[in-house]
Amino acid sequence: MFSNLASRLFHTTSASSQLIKLTRLRVVDNSEIGKQAMLEGKPPRIIHIYNKSGVGYIGNKVLVAIKGEKKKGVIVGCKKHQIPRAPKFDSNNVVLIDDSGTPLGNRIHVPIPLMLRTMLKEKTYKKGTDYTKLLAIATRFV
Amino acid sequence: MSLTRTLRQGLWQNIVSARKNVGDRNLTRMISSSASTKEAQKAEEKKQPESSATDLMPAPALNRARFVYPEFLPDPKMEWRNLIREKLERSDMMKRRRNIDIPEFYVGSVLAVTSSHVHAQRKVSRFVGICIQRQGCGLRSRFVLRNIIDNLGCEIEYYMYDPTIQKIDVLKLEKRPDRELLYLRDALPEYSTFPLDMEPIPLPEGSPVPVNDIKVKMKGRPWTQKWEKKGLLGVEKLEISQKNLIRMARAAKPWEKHDLMLEYRKTIPEEEQKEIFSEVYSELHQLELTRRKMKRKRMFVKPVKSA
Repeated sequence: MFSNLASRLFHTTSASSQLIKLTRLRVVDNSEIGKQAMLEGKPPRIIHIYNKSGVGYIGNKVLVAIKGEKKKGVIVGCKKHQIPRAPKFDSNNVVLIDDSGTPLGNRIHVPIPLMLRTMLKEKTYKKGTDYTKLLAIATRFV
Repeated sequence: MSLTRTLRQGLWQNIVSARKNVGDRNLTRMISSSASTKEAQKAEEKKQPESSATDLMPAPALNRARFVYPEFLPDPKMEWRNLIREKLERSDMMKRRRNIDIPEFYVGSVLAVTSSHVHAQRKVSRFVGICIQRQGCGLRSRFVLRNIIDNLGCEIEYYMYDPTIQKIDVLKLEKRPDRELLYLRDALPEYSTFPLDMEPIPLPEGSPVPVNDIKVKMKGRPWTQKWEKKGLLGVEKLEISQKNLIRMARAAKPWEKHDLMLEYRKTIPEEEQKEIFSEVYSELHQLELTRRKMKRKRMFVKPVKSA
């Protein structure tokens, strides 16, 4: 379709599938801000990853820029090649949460990896952020 | 495997030099299977029946085995070969096969894998999908399943001999004309959507595995790879721009199909394949027969006396 157009005469490299700063994500919960951003065609961008490597993996917390606001989110699926038995998805998925770990939406419409059940439980500690609420709003695990 | 590592350094050198000097394949086998000279002599005595066993391996059986059990053939890359490790791996694979049924399947078949999963609620997870890739050999052989669940493409890779796998079901046994179906990632979603409660579609016993000649429709660009350059058979005709045609013509290597040495390095010679499969084929065949018997037993329903 596009191959006949002469407009693409510049060289392009394939996109990096790693989640780094300024990577676009797809909001998969039904939070108002997330839905609007996706409808407008302005998906959120990572502006910080809360780990030491600077590359986001499944279960990592990220800070995203969405509709001119800063929101926190948890990565629940990556395009990147995964180790055996870990699912690889066709999009980079994020679920928005607030500072206490409560999801902004009340339903996740896509499957999320099973290993998040353990990972998020391990990250949760008393009087800190409670990530396990995210698991309660998931509809399906793979 | 530590045994292999220690033996590896010296023995491999010996094997290679022995091959060069004598050119006798049976000597190689002797060296690899025994360390002391006494045992080597014994092995020489046993040589006669062994070689007759390899002759007994019928050609159709070998032709079938190399496609049904491709993971038994080692990687042909010479630097990575290690005869002892390969032998040990084969015995480990047979041990695993005695415990669970690893069925015949191909790229394009629809599988359901049930495996123990620490993170799952009942410690068991099941995934259904089309096999889009099969790679590796020996214990490291693995396959990738793809399915679209809730409108999102999911792929899971499994090791074939993973001890956590409880069951592998073939829901639909068929082949595709391509070696890998990675292009399904950029195809329309209906081609990789399979219901999670899909019923197995039985194939009549003894019938050949059907080849599905379906032509897949691709999504619009951008794609993950340059599919138009790969010469795919299972995809509707893709347009190639004039520029790319010129580039492909420039990069083409039409002489490679005549390069016998290249083919030799990329494949395991037939004699060696015979040697490998004669070691395991009789037991594999036996396992297959018992599995078939069990299947028939399961399918047979005792007639109920009516009135």
